Amino acid sequence: MLLIRCPYCEEERPELEFRNAGEAHIARSANMAGESDDDFEKFFFIRSNPKGIIYERWRHMHGCARFFNAVRDTVTDKFVMTYKAGEPKPAKLPGASK
Amino acid sequence: MAKAAAKKTAPVASPSVERRPALAGRSTSATGVKVEVLPPAERISLRAPEASAAALSKALGVPLPKKPKTSASKAGRTALWLGPDEWLVIDEAGNDPLADCAKVSALHSAVGISHRNIAISVAGPAAEAAINSGCPQDLSLEAFPVGAASRTILGKAEIVLLRTAADAFRVECWRSFSDYVFTFLSEGARDAAG
Repeated sequence: MLLIRCPYCEEERPELEFRNAGEAHIARSANMAGESDDDFEKFFFIRSNPKGIIYERWRHMHGCARFFNAVRDTVTDKFVMTYKAGEPKPAKLPGASK
Repeated sequence: MAKAAAKKTAPVASPSVERRPALAGRSTSATGVKVEVLPPAERISLRAPEASAAALSKALGVPLPKKPKTSASKAGRTALWLGPDEWLVIDEAGNDPLADCAKVSALHSAVGISHRNIAISVAGPAAEAAINSGCPQDLSLEAFPVGAASRTILGKAEIVLLRTAADAFRVECWRSFSDYVFTFLSEGARDAAG
């Protein structure tokens, strides 16, 4: 079973307690009504779906119930790191070779 | 017309309210572990920002724990850390923690959930193994010491787990899941014993 580190519980917990909550760092426009259709489409539907490192939101559903961000490799399913919601996208990943 | 109707109605008897705890009195014993339903208790779900924690701790008479996976207990009242701003307060002494919180003017949300939860005790040398039959957390004493508390899952149901002694746990689950959780733990106890 995968162990995922929850930044709020400050320890690794079994994956069964967690839920994926989609891609992270997608900012909602402050002026949604003024968005063009193309921009709205990009915000609402278009996701990066990369092969490799992805930044995702996860929720510790059956634990502290908090949302947080995680960096995961979609090829190996390895969690590179997790950090609290609201924190900026990490500039440098620990142990990243790419 | 309305008057006539009113005259006909019989005097309203005072409504009888009877509390029927789910699974009351059920218990299962296996070699090395006993699973039993605990008596009803008062409970609140408490959410508050950090600034209110001190005032609430004072009113409740038990310090609200700030560290993840911990609990604090005093005079029959236990506060369990569930999240960074969320606690479960259980009172087994018959006092109402909701009334104590009502006196606090600091920002908080306290919701009475006494009847929502059912508590099940799992005790004995094989208690750890019985719970681990459906709970994926590390329950060894190093990782989950006495007093440790956590919301987690058991099988398909969400539970709140509190270690009350080296070989005893209190499992809190929602009333509607209680039959499932109790049966799951009983089966787990039988497996752990075998």
